[in-house]
Order: sequence, then C-alpha cells, then structure tokens
Amino acid sequence: MSTPEGPRRVRVTSPRTSAARRPIMPTGTREIDEQTRLGQVYMQSLIQSQLRLTLAVIGSVVLVLGSIPLLFWLVPPARTLSVLGLPLPWVILGILVYPVVYVAARIYVRKAERIETEFTEFVGRQ
Amino acid sequence: MSPALSLTAIGLVVLATIGIGLFGLRISRTTSDFYVASRAVSPRWNASAISGEYLSAASFLGVAGLVLVNGADMLWFSVGYTVGYLMLLVLVAAPLRRSGAYTLPDFAETRFESPVVRRICAGLVVGIGTLYLLPQLHGAGLAVQTVTGAPPQVGAMIVAVIVVINVAAGGMRSITFVQAFQYWLKLTALATPIFVILLVWHQPVGVLDSLHGAAAEWAEPLSRAGGRDHPLYATYSLLLALCFGTMGLPHVLVRFYTNPDGRAARRTTVVVLALLGLFYLFPPMYAVLGRMFAPDLVGAGGDTVVLELPGRVFPGTTGDLLGALVAAGAFAAFLSTSSGLTVAIAGVIDQDLLRSRLHRWTGGDYVAVNSFRIAALIAMIVPYLAFTVTGALSLADTVGLAFALAASTFCPLLVLGIWWRRMSTTGAAAGLVVGGIAASAAALVNVSGAPQGGWPRALVGQPAAWTMPLAFLTVIVVSKLTPDRIPAGTARSMVRLHTPEAVDVDRGLPSR
Repeated sequence: MSTPEGPRRVRVTSPRTSAARRPIMPTGTREIDEQTRLGQVYMQSLIQSQLRLTLAVIGSVVLVLGSIPLLFWLVPPARTLSVLGLPLPWVILGILVYPVVYVAARIYVRKAERIETEFTEFVGRQ
Repeated sequence: MSPALSLTAIGLVVLATIGIGLFGLRISRTTSDFYVASRAVSPRWNASAISGEYLSAASFLGVAGLVLVNGADMLWFSVGYTVGYLMLLVLVAAPLRRSGAYTLPDFAETRFESPVVRRICAGLVVGIGTLYLLPQLHGAGLAVQTVTGAPPQVGAMIVAVIVVINVAAGGMRSITFVQAFQYWLKLTALATPIFVILLVWHQPVGVLDSLHGAAAEWAEPLSRAGGRDHPLYATYSLLLALCFGTMGLPHVLVRFYTNPDGRAARRTTVVVLALLGLFYLFPPMYAVLGRMFAPDLVGAGGDTVVLELPGRVFPGTTGDLLGALVAAGAFAAFLSTSSGLTVAIAGVIDQDLLRSRLHRWTGGDYVAVNSFRIAALIAMIVPYLAFTVTGALSLADTVGLAFALAASTFCPLLVLGIWWRRMSTTGAAAGLVVGGIAASAAALVNVSGAPQGGWPRALVGQPAAWTMPLAFLTVIVVSKLTPDRIPAGTARSMVRLHTPEAVDVDRGLPSR
C-alpha cells in the first residue's frame, strides 16, 4: 500500500530561536526611494537643517561685514582711527577679514559634515 | 624696466604653460578627461587650480590700480572676491557637485526638465564668459604695452593663441595642472617685490606715510576720492554683486565638477578661501607704495601700478629682475583665467550648439573631442573680436559688470533651484530673462556712456543692488503663479542634490 498523497508536512517553529537572524536592512533609503510620507519627512529634515546652518552663516556675514560700511558712515572718526600704525579700515578690510572668513568656513564645513553623518547613520549606509 | 628681461620671463611662463599642457595631453584621452579631469583631482590640487583660475587680471593688476586711484572703498573688491567663495561654499558647493552635471546648462536642464531653460543658460554662459574674457585680453595688451611699448593687440593676441592651443590640446586635465602651478607663480610674483622692499628699508613705518596725514584723504573709506557719488550705496551694491556673483561665473562652476564628491567640494572651497586670503594681502600694499613712488599713475588709471612699481622703487638690476617677475605673474593671471573661461564656454558651445550640427553635417563621422576643439577656437575668437572693437575699459569695472550679471541670473537659479522645492520651470526662465536683461542693460549703458553723476550713475554703475533682488522676486512671484509648472522630478532632484554619497538611494540619474 502506497502512502496517501496529503499536504506536505510543514515544520512549525517559534520565531524565538537561538539561531542568529538576518540583520534588518535599513529601510530609510527605501522610504526615500519610494517617496513615501516618511521618506519626504527624512529629506525635508536633512534639507532644513542644512538650510538653517547656511542661513546662520549668511546672517553672521551680513551682520558683521554689512555693519562695517555703516560704522564708517555713522562714526566718521572710525575712518581715520589708527591701529598699530595702520588706519582701522585698512586693518579690517586688508587683513582681518581673511582669517575670519577662513575660520567661518572651517566651522561651517565641520557642522555640515556632522549633519550628513547623522543623516547617513539614520537612514542606513550603503 | 628692462624689456628683454620681462619678455624672457613672460616667455618662460608661456613655455611652462604649454609644457605642462602637453604633459596633460599624454594622459588626457576621453571626453570626460577633457571636461572635468575624470573627476579625480584631490582637494589640494583642485584648490590651487581653482585659486589659480580665479585670480584674474582684475585681481593681479586691477585691485591695486583701483585702490591707488579711488582709495580705501576699493578694498571691498578683494573682500568681495573672497567672501563670494564663502557664499558659494554654504549655498551651492556640495549640492552642485552632487547634481551630477558637467556644465551649468546641464544642471538647469536636469533640475527644471526644460530645454528652453537650458538654452537661456547656454546663452548666459557665453555672455558672461565673453564679458569676463574681455578684461583679460585688455590686461594682457596693457602688460605687453607697459613692458615693450608694443600696441595692445599684440599681448591680447599672444594670450588668445596660447589659450586656444592649450585648451584644445589637453582640455581640463592639463588645465588643472597648469592652473595649480599658476596660482603659486602669481603669489610668488606679487609677494616677492613687497618682501624685498620691506627688507631693504628696515623701517616699514616710513613706507606707510601715504596712509596718514593731510594728504591721506584717499585712505579713508566713503571719501569719494575717485569722484564716485553715493559711496555707501556703491559699496553695498558692489559687495552684493561680488558675494553672490562668484557662484554664477561659468569657469568657477565647471571647476567644481572636478571634485570627487560633495564633501571634497566643500573641503576644496575651504582651502581656496585660505589661498585667496593669502593672495589678497598684497594688492593693497602696491597701492600704498604706489601713492608714494608713482603718484603720476593716479591720473593714468592705475592699472599698471603693479607692473611699474618695482622699477620705480629700485632703479637698476634689482628693479628689472622684480619687474620681470611681476610681468610673468601678470601673464600667468591672464593665461589661467582665460583658459578656465575658454574651457567653460567651449564646453557649452560644444554641447549646445556644435555637436548636434556636426553630427548632422558629417553623418556621425566625427570624433567628439574634435568638436570640443573647434568650440574652443570659437570661444576665444568672439571676445578677441569684441576686444578689438571696444578698446580700453577699466579692468576691475568690466569684471564687476560680469559679476553683477552672474549675480542677477545664475545666483537665483542655483540658490532657489537647490533650496526651494516649489520653484517652477516658468519661474526659472522668467528670473533668468528679467535679471539678464536688467543687468545687461546696465552694462550696455555703462560701456556706451554712463550718465553724468548722481543717482542714475550710481544705479547703473553698480546695478546688483536692484537687479539681483528683482531677479529673485521674479522667480518667486512667477513660481507662485504657476504651481502646475513645478518639475515633476523635483523630489528626486532634491534627493540627488542633498543626500551624501554614502547613502544608497535612487538619485534619478545614472551615476557617472
């Protein structure tokens, strides 16, 4: 007598096995790729934090650099004030501006890269 | 000044330029090599090259001349040229590199999905590039004239021929090496005479006499020393043009595509800021010394002060040697900026005008690189003809108009295109047209005969303060009115522009 043709035996196990499970693939990139609500929120938060940083730098430049002509306009003695044997305008515009701009750029790059590193870790690496 | 020595020095610069260019030819093979050096240039090389390309005749000769004639307000020129790179860094550097485009029209087309916007951009690249090439040729003519007494056409012709040969031979790759070399040459040429003067005199305070006392009105800001009205408005408008025009210069943008990724683009820009700051310490010193040793140049426009100062301070061999060094540096400035501009303009002419036509005429029987070479020739012939027609214009002023045009067209396109997701294609086109027409009209009025003094002259002479906000406003208002013309792929574009390369997402473009 042959064995009856029944449904194949299925082994039922608990998901809580001791075997290591496959690592969960990051889904952040998929959310972005499929342009879901969540993916759009991810992108918006990245762009907004970068934009906030950018606007902070531009704001400081406008405030610091933009106030210099105004200072000379409103306070005429500042035009001829002597600093270490040089007139103040020449010290500011000829020398001081450059290291300040360089330091601002360094700070900006460090912060922008930190935002990107956090984003990369959040949505998952390649 | 000794013509023989100076000509030898200029000859050496020319030979070195061609030599390094030929070295580039041996390793430059594919179309990608020609355009963007296959995107594999390290930040340090790239920063030297960007600075070498950026420091043009206007920086090397023009700034010192302007400060000499018009006084302390002109110090803002070098400040603006530098802060322009800071604005470029924080607003567009990394996204632009991540956009994955070769040229500015490429960026416009992929972002706005419109061949019309692309064509407007191509026209603007050629326009701004030509406006910027003009003063380079003018400066070259001036330098050769100062050194030898030959007519200006000679110097301009020399620069034009060498640039076309070099660009056509090696494209971007060789240009990268050439320009990195030229930055350091320019810095050496400008700094050495100053150090020699300070060393020989042991008393730097005496050297600064022209800044103090009764005759020092020129050294005060807002003093109207050069007869310019409304100095406060002019200062702010100039600052706006330079700060926001830099990102819209075609040769600056092409350079950024040679960075390997967005992070490298940012880091490169930081090094550029250091190199520019170092360089711009020197032109004002030429103006201060020029007031003392060459006061006659104040009435003559001042553009030659850098070239003539060493000979005035040291009559004899020392002056001749230093004069030759400065002449060599000036030539490096003309060659590097003109090369970068020619590469940028030629890239656009090749892609948007020439290649499809060549394809049709020859039935596909042509090599892509040859199309680029023909484009390079056209890119230089147009400004050379314009140079022979227009004659003398002040170096830094013409450059200032190119900056104003860039700030009123490409700046809104890039800044809003990168950061504002509701920008529509119609808005982009309208902004380019309105900003472009307003700024070019101001430039044309300026060249053909500016109004005599008062507000009209100030507004036309420094147009950026009204043309740039006008362009931004146009883009925003038209975009709000045409929400149905927002490009369908905007979300994908934003992903491409802003996500770091380490994240594996769909960028909507094949990776190049």
